[in-house]
Parts: sequence; structure tokens; C-alpha cells
Amino acid sequence: MKKDEEFMPRILAFLCNWCSYAGADLAGTSRLKYPPSILPIRVMCSSRVDPLFIVKAYLGGIDGVLLAGCHPGDCHYEKGNYYTRRRFALIKKIFEELDMEADRLLLSWISASEGPKYAKVATEFTEKIKKLGENPAKNKIFL
Amino acid sequence: MTKTLKINKNVEQGILELLRFLLDGGKVSGVFTLKRINKEGSVAYSLVTRSDELEDAVPLFPLMPVNAGKLLSRFSLRGKSNKPVAAVVKPCELRAFIELVKREQGSLENIFFISSTCGGVYPIEMAVDGAVENNLSKYWEAVKKGEIPAQIRPACRGCVEFKPYTADMTVDLVGSSDIDKRCMILLNTKNGEELAQDMKGDFLEKELDKKILDKFQNKREAERKKLFDEIEEKMKGLDGFIDIFGKCLGCHGCSKVCPICYCKLCEFESPDSEYKPSNYESDLKKRGGLKVPPGTVYFQIGRLDHIAISCVGCGACEDVCPVDIPISIIFKKVGESVQKLFDYIPGRDVKEEIPLLTFEKDELSEVED
Repeated sequence: MKKDEEFMPRILAFLCNWCSYAGADLAGTSRLKYPPSILPIRVMCSSRVDPLFIVKAYLGGIDGVLLAGCHPGDCHYEKGNYYTRRRFALIKKIFEELDMEADRLLLSWISASEGPKYAKVATEFTEKIKKLGENPAKNKIFL
Repeated sequence: MTKTLKINKNVEQGILELLRFLLDGGKVSGVFTLKRINKEGSVAYSLVTRSDELEDAVPLFPLMPVNAGKLLSRFSLRGKSNKPVAAVVKPCELRAFIELVKREQGSLENIFFISSTCGGVYPIEMAVDGAVENNLSKYWEAVKKGEIPAQIRPACRGCVEFKPYTADMTVDLVGSSDIDKRCMILLNTKNGEELAQDMKGDFLEKELDKKILDKFQNKREAERKKLFDEIEEKMKGLDGFIDIFGKCLGCHGCSKVCPICYCKLCEFESPDSEYKPSNYESDLKKRGGLKVPPGTVYFQIGRLDHIAISCVGCGACEDVCPVDIPISIIFKKVGESVQKLFDYIPGRDVKEEIPLLTFEKDELSEVED
């Protein structure tokens, strides 16, 4: 990255197949504008995401991790996202306790019809990460 | 008030008498306790069925060679014990076992627990050169006065869970000034009462002295705060974490002795987590350098993710760390904060579900966007 170039974060987004991925799709087909910072990974359910995926991504140097699923009560598998929420709370707390920029992690509920919400979350999260700057793990050798 | 057995002997003799009574009377078929191996102070957990083998048993010895919860799990993993066994364990060992039972790694059936208010244990290295033996009189002096004995494990120094939650019998130790002369055993459960029935001694109604234990608790809490503050000072972001864990050898000793780490096939030891040449290449391209073996920081954060919710803070991990990383304090600190999220105390009650295996429909709105 050249010095005068603006920092564009790289954000990993775990999107659940039934809601958030469809929401992201809708944002695209509706031609809504949002920053090109998101690297989406489609998972069948947000509860498929092992908190260790998040740790691995963070240590690998990703600037932010977005975890998105169906709204509570709307999970395709009925209760997957409730477990997601507890696991996310756990890993976020660990990051907080280790003083490791828990703000780089985000949990959001985005339904299949919420294309605008997806665009909004993507934009706002990107802005937040821009303020935080690059992930310090990127250049660390002793991991 | 709890029914209490008072034996007019010093506390160690008293417990041994109780254990002999249980074995000889056929109330239990076996006793699980610490037993001396030699005069240098080495002790090991043993399962004893003949009462003459109890001669060199030291049930209250201030040492934890392995967390007994882990051992009892192995004892009952492939099926419950067919015959009744009395186990003398420390409060955190009992809690660890309860956590393992919740994970279907053992069975509580036919095991009766004798525990005590716990003054803490010495680090394992002190057992090797006989230092524990030389410190014993000082240890019991401190426990009698309700003080924190010097040189015990850091995790013990800051432990505020020194009262057992689910023991059938609790031996009154901490702050009990007359343990030289008498042995007080609180019979907390029906099982406990039945076991002690017909035992020679006085039966009375008693509670643990709340005032003394509260005072002890305050001392422990102050010590705990000191330990946490020290670690917080060093734990400043990723740099701080690397400072502390950068010297980790990746021996995985901490996970081997951890009572909560029960997986036979550890994710961090699977071939999947081994770096391939392409992993080295891509990482090196990105960073321009790499610690070898890689992944020690990932391992430690990963282990926090796996066990923090159930960490009982026994301190076994720190005890075996060859490079003296203050693991137990970090895990205790992170563990307690995570447990607080779900109002959970590991090992408090076997009926309480592990928070990650259950949920409330309406909760944790603070972590949602």
C-alpha cells in the first residue's frame, strides 16, 4: 500500500446461507453501494462458525470479522443463532480481557429481505475499522 | 446447622480413622487418597482397598500431583464404579470432576466425596526436593490461623473458592485453631451422614465459622486482586500477549494436565493444525518471519476459548510450564470474567448446564450490533 493511498480494510464476513447471505445478495441486486472491503464466506448457519475461526482470522491479519445470521427466533434450524450469540459473547469477552481490540469483531442479524441493512452494516463497520487502522497482528512474527 | 462428627484426635489421624472405619466396616470398598511413595515427600493418588495400606496415606497433604478430577474421570470414564468408593479431594478437584461429569467424562455414582476448606497446595517442584516436607509445620500453622501459607501455588494464593460445594463431608481446616487436638467433619449430605453413622466420636450440630472464613476470603481476595492487577499491567494487547506467551515452547503440557481439557484427539495436535510448506510460504511472504513452531499464541487463545468457561483455577497448568508462564492467573482472570457473563461457577452443581450448550431466548443484547 502506498502512503497516500487510503487504507481499505479487509473484513471477513461469515454469512449464513438462509438469511444474511441472501441479504447480501439482495444488496447487490438492488445495486446498493457499500465499500469493497468485505470477503464473504457462506456458511449453512452462523453457529457453524467455530470461535477459533475468528481467532485464526485475527491472528492471520484480517482487519475485522463480521458474523451475521438470521434474527433470533428466525433461524432456519430454529436455535442455531442462539448458540452463535453465546459463543460470540465468549470470544468477544476473551478479546476484551486480553485487551485485544474486541471492536474488530461484530455480530449482526441480517435477514434475507434486509439488503439495505447489509449495506449499512458493511459501510459502518468498514468506517469503524478504518478508524482503528490496520490489524497489528499482520506483521507480528511471534504468533 | 449441619450434623458434624467430632473425633478427638488431630485432624490427619481423625480422617485416617474415618477412612479405616469406612473400609473395615464395609461401608466403602475403596478409598481414593494421596499416599506417600517415599520419605522425600513424593506423594501420589492411590486407590486403596485394604485398611493397612492406609498407614502411609496422607489425605490432607498440601500437594496436587495431578488434579484428582482428571483421575476420577479416568476411573469412571468407561463405566460407573460398581462398588462404593470414598475420595478425599480438594475443592477445586471436586469442581473439576463435576465439570467432567457434565461432559460425560465420568460418573458420580458410587463415589462419595470427602473434602475440606482448603489452604492451598505447594507447587509440584517443591515435592521433588523435599521442600514440602520441610514446610509442613509452617503450612499447618498458617492454615490454623486462617492465613495464606507462604510459597503455595499462585493460583491457590488468589483462590476464593476454597469451600467445597458438593462434598458429602467437609473437614473444617482453615482457621480452625484446634486441628492438633480434634477433627471436625461436617456431614453435608444424607450419604455423608449414613457413612459416618456408628463411627466412634461425638455427633453435634455445627456450621463452618463464617466470621473466620470471611476473614480468610478477604485475604484471598486481596491477594487475587494483586495477582490480577500484575497480569493486567503486562497484558496490553497483542504485544503484551506475545511478551508473555512468546516463549511458549508448544509442549502442550498445560493442556495435558488441565482437568477440563479432556479431548483424546486434541485439535491443536491433529495433523490438520500442522503447518504445510505452503502455510510457511504464505505466512512468511506476509510477515517476513515466523516463530517456529508456529501457532503457540493461537494455541493459547484457542485453549482459552475451549476451557475458560469451565476453568476451576486449580493451577496445574502453571505448575508444569517449563518456561514459567503465569498461565493459571491469566486463565483464572479470563475464565472468571467469561463465567460471570453467564452467572456460572464451574462445578457448583452437576445439574447446571454448561453455558455454551444452552441459551436464553432473550439475552446478551449488548454483543449484538
